[in-house]
Amino acid sequence: MSKILEMINITKCFPGVMANDNVTLAVEAGEVHSLLGENGAGKSTLMNVLCGLYRPTFGSIRLDGEEVKFSSARDAMARGIGMVHQHFMLIPTMTVLDNCLIGAKDAGKFVLDRKTTAEKLTELIEKYDMKVDLNAKVGSLSVGQRQRVEIIKVLYRGARILILDEPTAVLTPQETLELFEMIRSLTEHNFTVLFISHKLNEVKEISDKVTVLRQGCVTGTYKTDDCSVEDLARLMVGREIDLSVKRAEREKGEILLDVKNLSLKNAEDQKRLLEDICFDVREGEILGVAGVDGNGQSELVECLTGMQVASSGEIVYKGQNLRKMKTREIMSNGISHIPQDRQKTGLIMPMTLVENFALQDYYREEFGKSVYLNWAAVTEHSKKLIKDFSIKTPSELELAQNLSGGNQQKVIIAREISRHPELLIAMHPTRGLDVGAIEYIHQQLVEQRNKGIGILLVSTELEEIMKLSDRIIVMYEGKIMGTVKPSDITIEEMGLMMGGQALESIRAKKAV
Amino acid sequence: MIGIKKRGKKNNTQGKSGAQQVLVSFFATVVALLLGMLLISALGFDPVKAFSSMLIGSFGSLNAFAETLVKMTPLIYTGMSFALASRCGLTNLGMEGQLYMGALAGTAAGIYLTGLPAAIHIPLTMLAGFLGGGLWGLIAGSLKVRFGASEIITTVMLNTIAINFIDYMVNGPMIEPPGINCQTPPVQDSAILGNLIPGTRAHMGFIIALVFVLLFWLYLWRSKPGYEVRVSGLNMEAARYSGINTNKNILLVMFLAGGLAGLAGWNEIVAVQIRMIPSVSPGYGFDGIAVSLVGNNAPLGIIIGAFLFGAFRAGGNRMQIMAKVPNAIVSVIQALVIITIVASQMVLEKWNDRKLQQESGSKEEV
Repeated sequence: MSKILEMINITKCFPGVMANDNVTLAVEAGEVHSLLGENGAGKSTLMNVLCGLYRPTFGSIRLDGEEVKFSSARDAMARGIGMVHQHFMLIPTMTVLDNCLIGAKDAGKFVLDRKTTAEKLTELIEKYDMKVDLNAKVGSLSVGQRQRVEIIKVLYRGARILILDEPTAVLTPQETLELFEMIRSLTEHNFTVLFISHKLNEVKEISDKVTVLRQGCVTGTYKTDDCSVEDLARLMVGREIDLSVKRAEREKGEILLDVKNLSLKNAEDQKRLLEDICFDVREGEILGVAGVDGNGQSELVECLTGMQVASSGEIVYKGQNLRKMKTREIMSNGISHIPQDRQKTGLIMPMTLVENFALQDYYREEFGKSVYLNWAAVTEHSKKLIKDFSIKTPSELELAQNLSGGNQQKVIIAREISRHPELLIAMHPTRGLDVGAIEYIHQQLVEQRNKGIGILLVSTELEEIMKLSDRIIVMYEGKIMGTVKPSDITIEEMGLMMGGQALESIRAKKAV
Repeated sequence: MIGIKKRGKKNNTQGKSGAQQVLVSFFATVVALLLGMLLISALGFDPVKAFSSMLIGSFGSLNAFAETLVKMTPLIYTGMSFALASRCGLTNLGMEGQLYMGALAGTAAGIYLTGLPAAIHIPLTMLAGFLGGGLWGLIAGSLKVRFGASEIITTVMLNTIAINFIDYMVNGPMIEPPGINCQTPPVQDSAILGNLIPGTRAHMGFIIALVFVLLFWLYLWRSKPGYEVRVSGLNMEAARYSGINTNKNILLVMFLAGGLAGLAGWNEIVAVQIRMIPSVSPGYGFDGIAVSLVGNNAPLGIIIGAFLFGAFRAGGNRMQIMAKVPNAIVSVIQALVIITIVASQMVLEKWNDRKLQQESGSKEEV
């Protein structure tokens, strides 16, 4: 087989971050080639370079041995590279046919040539056995069918190389099987498929070859048949974890938060976002929640903090069930929350630090009686926090948006810790920060734990979770794959759990 | 900060400093006036004469200046109305309708409450005016909260309803006997506001409007509910995260914004028209958008914006008489001011965006 696509020494830098570092990827015609990696490993960046959305800082792309340069997605499409995004780009109120017509270049110059297009599409649909009704409104289709429409759309525009970005993330197991059948029938017709995923089993099942990315670099390209799922897990996660954080072992504290059979269904399509989640957080412990992004962690935190109401189950905290409580009630009850996105949720970027420090406690008496808001008191409080947490800022009246990422996060952490919580929910507290800031935030979390505060730490950084947590739960597709102590588990086992295997089944397999 | 644009998504648009903003607005206004002069000369009139007569008409004498104050007073209210909603991330385009409903309620209180001393009667008519506009605004607010209906659409439709309803009231149930002119009887003397500058039309309503600007500032920047409004307007997600009841906020803000526009109507009744007529507002409601835009939704800015547009209105008539330039040109110049300010704000926003991006890097894209 010949190499249809080569990406050679691709490097893509964003200010301060190297998203792809000298990545080389060679794909043969007619194969299913997987890109495997954790969040932030650089998979999406690489594919965005390939389909023309980003221009690489260095490196070149060769198609059929000929060097190409894309300046837009349209360019890439013209050369037969089509991407099916994770989030569909369809218009629900229009029919399948009309959706395929949007942006298609050979659908007639001034008048839409519906008939020819419909014929061509029908041909495609029959050839690959895709079972889609051209005249159905996209809004009435299931998620799996919508994905098929996206694929048809790309095929119709002449793609030979299909990039599928996390295609199974939104599918049910049955739909995934159907998708795999479709992929196989496509490769039989000499289409090439690039399959982006972090799900080990799926990668193992569908692909011929797999390239593993880790922190922007390629760890290697392997024949899938030569690798076991365990091998893949190790390759994906890679490093051995340094567990040398200094902290006192503590006796088991009282149960602070007890989550029982918590479930959440998506109101729209009844997809289960959380399923029978059970865990507890004790005083003076850090419970880590590990897992690849988008496996129900945000939903879990939203349910715990009252931003969403879980469909069933119980959240018991201090003898009360928090499930149906409002956010304000929950947060004024000794719970603090470091949200996952500091800029979108945690801070009001165009407001001053003083105004940001007020966000969680402005309604309390100490900041003014009744409706009066005593800014003098808030300013006093802010100055103290800026000093205590050594936040780097010219003054307390600086706008939050003018601070560096690390200092923005410090503002949130200072605000949340200064509320003297008993339970702290921290989500991705160090995402996107530099080493120094990460170190500082880790120290703060351990210090709070040592004071007896219970911490629920949600993170996709395995290293962080392993280093800080007293116990770990691993989430996968809204379910808990197992609860473990960091000292009792290998990296490989963690990888397998994050890829969708329950702890018991991993251990059982080992025993055999 | 672009008036009609939905805010909250692009948080950094408000990051620019006030001084920068004032400067930009000032230059934009100058550019608009120059464009206006060009237009006037293109139409074959003398632009210098046109502008000088407009200036004389708005500031040339005590009378002219008083007229500017009279015209700017309702604009202060409608400007605050739009600004308050904007601060909460809402776009209230219903000031005109709210103004009419406030005027109607104020008139009713002014006519039918009798035998009261002015010290009681005036506040009562004021309360009626506020409630009239406020409840009208609340309709749009509740449609948004209950059904998710865009307030941009509903407020505009409510304008039409209000204006036609007033037409009916003035021609029917509230018409002045015996029913020759389509207007209501005059309000009681005890409801009429006193004079501010003797011998002119300037009235105490101007001072009352300034008091409301102070209240507006106190509410937004010195009170807890006002802080909630500003947080919701700048970052809805952060508001949810902090547990702010955003729905309650929408209802409250639409009520208060409607009330402020209602006070503009009340002001026209008890200080200028003395009775309800179908054309009680020559578009003060819509001008409020421009006032708030020029004023950057800030208290002092609103006063400046209202002053500018008030002067346009007061001077426009004189320009028509002296330079024979049609009064419609004034509307064109007003529109030019709005366009140049919006355009300059967009440029500024882009520029700030780029600066911000360069500083923080594009982490999200990784």
